[in-house]
Amino acid sequence: MTSSPAKPETLSVLDRPNSYIGKVVPRPNLERLMQGRGLYVSDMELPRMAHVVFVRSPHAHAEIVEIDASAAKRMPGVTAIVTGEELAAVITPWVGVLSHLKGLKSAPQHAIAIGRVRWQGEAVAAVVATNRAVAEDAAEHVVVKYRELEPVTDMRTALDPEMPVIHPLLGDNLAFERTLDAGTVDAAFAGSDEIVEANFVFGRHTGVTLEPRAVVADWNAAEARLTIYQGTQAPHMVQNIAALHLGLEESQVRVVCKDVGGSFGIKVHIYADEMATYALAKLLRRPIKFVADRVESFNTDIHARDHRCKGRIGVKRDGTIMAFEIDDLTGIGPYSMYPRTSAIEANQVVNLVGGPYVTKNYRARARVVFQNKNVMCQYRAVGHPIACSVTEGLVDLAASKIGMDPVAIRRRNLIADDAYPCASPSGLRFELLSHHAAMNKLMAMMNYDALRAEQAALRSKNIHRGIGIASFIEVTNPSAAFYGVGGAKISSQDGVAVRLDAQGSVICQTSITEQGQGSESLTAQIVGSVLGVSMARVRVILGDTDHTPYGGGTWASRGAGIGGEAALQAAKILRENILDVAAAILQSSPTVLDIADNAIVNASDGAPRIELRELARIVYFRPDTLPPGIQPELMATRHFVPREYPFAFTNGVQASWLEVDTDTGFVKLLRHWVVEDCGTLINPQLVDEQIRGGVVQGLGAALFEKCIYDERGQLTNANMADYLVPMSGEMPDIDVGHVASPTAETELGAKGAGEAGTAGAAAAVANAVNDALKPFGATITEIPLTPQIILTALKQI
Amino acid sequence: MTAPLPISLHVNGERVDAQVLPRLNLADFLREHLKLTGTHVGCEHGVCGACTVRVNGQIVRSCLMLAVQTHCALVETIEGLSDSGEIADLQAAFRDRNALQCGFCTPGMLIAAQDLLIQEQEPDRERIREHLSGNYCRCTGYQAIIDAVETTARARRGR
Repeated sequence: MTSSPAKPETLSVLDRPNSYIGKVVPRPNLERLMQGRGLYVSDMELPRMAHVVFVRSPHAHAEIVEIDASAAKRMPGVTAIVTGEELAAVITPWVGVLSHLKGLKSAPQHAIAIGRVRWQGEAVAAVVATNRAVAEDAAEHVVVKYRELEPVTDMRTALDPEMPVIHPLLGDNLAFERTLDAGTVDAAFAGSDEIVEANFVFGRHTGVTLEPRAVVADWNAAEARLTIYQGTQAPHMVQNIAALHLGLEESQVRVVCKDVGGSFGIKVHIYADEMATYALAKLLRRPIKFVADRVESFNTDIHARDHRCKGRIGVKRDGTIMAFEIDDLTGIGPYSMYPRTSAIEANQVVNLVGGPYVTKNYRARARVVFQNKNVMCQYRAVGHPIACSVTEGLVDLAASKIGMDPVAIRRRNLIADDAYPCASPSGLRFELLSHHAAMNKLMAMMNYDALRAEQAALRSKNIHRGIGIASFIEVTNPSAAFYGVGGAKISSQDGVAVRLDAQGSVICQTSITEQGQGSESLTAQIVGSVLGVSMARVRVILGDTDHTPYGGGTWASRGAGIGGEAALQAAKILRENILDVAAAILQSSPTVLDIADNAIVNASDGAPRIELRELARIVYFRPDTLPPGIQPELMATRHFVPREYPFAFTNGVQASWLEVDTDTGFVKLLRHWVVEDCGTLINPQLVDEQIRGGVVQGLGAALFEKCIYDERGQLTNANMADYLVPMSGEMPDIDVGHVASPTAETELGAKGAGEAGTAGAAAAVANAVNDALKPFGATITEIPLTPQIILTALKQI
Repeated sequence: MTAPLPISLHVNGERVDAQVLPRLNLADFLREHLKLTGTHVGCEHGVCGACTVRVNGQIVRSCLMLAVQTHCALVETIEGLSDSGEIADLQAAFRDRNALQCGFCTPGMLIAAQDLLIQEQEPDRERIREHLSGNYCRCTGYQAIIDAVETTARARRGR
């Protein structure tokens, strides 16, 4: 279901006959995954490989008084037991700050804790043994004596003067604060007919990648080279940081990333236990494997969200939104994560609130505080679900207050589709969005009026269903504005090298990475289309710092838009080079030749002239038969980074249709709709599945997922039985539609799609629940919407 | 109970004789001893379903079964089911529908889906969703998987 706003028809390199662009084609890497013949890091074994298990703190905040490993060291099969102090001899600590987030502070973090532990689950010693079971046995015999300290757990009191300061050298527990005041907020509220306020609460949750984090680090002392096999989204970032802290040159570190069992932003960070594994390989001069178990995953994979955001909206009686104001508070654990920092989410919340709407009056404050819980950082759709839920929750509350339909108030205030380019009050620049076209499409897909009628009819039968709408914007294709300007060595550009091999097939090396999104497929589709080569003859290589161009990897919805454009440009150059050689062989001119179906053809009538296989044979094995002076270049490399816009914003709108059981508090999701605009659709099926997967992660946050800490900072549900994730039985079918507004910054025109689903799903569900509960006068602004929360709001418990 | 015990079983049609510690679970036995790494370990406590295999025709969570319990048993893993061609149509439906992203849940998902398709000829979407509720997928949101299983059921009825 794709519609494009009226645009002049242009024939580009992507519209060639047999183009794969816009087509549903299967991903090339599926067979091995379906047959159980992939290679995840947890599957890997190397000669002399030993396994590390970490002894982790049972306390949220404590001094380490003594570590007695003598009994454990004597156990058969134990190679070494290493403390933080011992490991510090080979790896330096780090501080997770970025210079463009002014005032952000954090403290040095060690690979293994030294002196003090600051969250339950922080590693205090590494146990290395011949296999994991032996290492786990030995870990139980490492005796650690702690002196417990008062933990800081509640973000609301973390800044109180009587609370302990987690890092005394920082002076207080405030990591970051940002304020913004745009337009004339006070005057706008004064001129409003109604003002509505609400406190929005977002549970702390986590990514739960089905394959836990895993690393095999192999230090070859003879080569003085470290090879890191890791399921990471950003291999070159890992290379840079491992080298920096191990005292190596980047050329001494190779990062290899094979199949990855889920990422979602969990695997884009530098974790202390992974750094410890690299360091142990160097210290012990052998390959070391670390695979987190599920309890460790819950205690150490980054958590996300955990915001308390006070929001305020002013509205005229005619539905005109006058102003937004927010005061956001989030707790990030004891350290700002490295190297992306833990202030980005709050910063995004400030950036994004009110983003779809016209009003220029916006005031915001966000504070980020330290606490003795697991670290928090960027997870899929960073900040977006918070900003969207607050904005859309406030818009619905305002609509309700003035008795206006939720769709009508949005149509009145969404930025007009012909108003671009324009900017948000927080300074975000929008090249071209399509809020109204998306809303119109959504209304048609869900048959809004009929659904409202059905809802009304069911009310009389005491069945309480709700409709929730959520418009959103999404940050994609980030330029250096995201991390590079703040001093982090995280590349925002990507590179692709394309070459024609000796049998006329194509090898393509790209710096973007694959965790299931379809990076291999989209790269092969673009390269195959531009070159006129069938996809089956395009092989894509990624995830290896020795064998791909330098680049950022796959995160922040950037793979297709940035890596895809680099692939397009590289393939164009190779195409020109191939046609030059073909012209020389055929005594013709490149301008009258084309490539189609793996052969050089006449541009005019498509008649085949010479197979690419034959051309390659001549170039590689009989160059003596080419005319003098011809030196074929059957390999081309191009890089790309967005320069005009810091981010390529996308937009969309979601709707939820659900039923609330007012006796049990259970929510049954009946249907979910998404219309989004990611520009050029390279493979509609892959985009739809990114949207659906993203929606379901958002639905998890809306209804189920929460890391439940007690007042002592103990995570009480660190297992898959107690931490609930969406299961197939409770998920609805999700209809996805598209509006296509390609970005003019690239020839490809693609923007990102990986996070749109997650951005708006929870907001749509929360609005639908409140819509269902309207007759009861109950309004809930907290997620996850558990039965307990709902029954409490209904005053049933 | 810390000395290895001898076991003898058939795995994917091949006879296997091994000495295993009583505490070794079937998932670790398949992965670490037999190098059948298609059986994935996601939670190690019987919730996520990634380690689903077939033992004597029944699907089990191999992280919850001990290797010694498979003495004299017939064990089938994703590698065996792929090579025999038993689930080739289901795999093709998964491919056409892009019913997998990272692929980590997929071996277990395929084995659980095949279990349903053996038991029932005409499972509707709700029944498919219910049967697969013990197999977690964090990538797809499940709809594509349900579609692929539904398509396979329909195609098999037509045969």
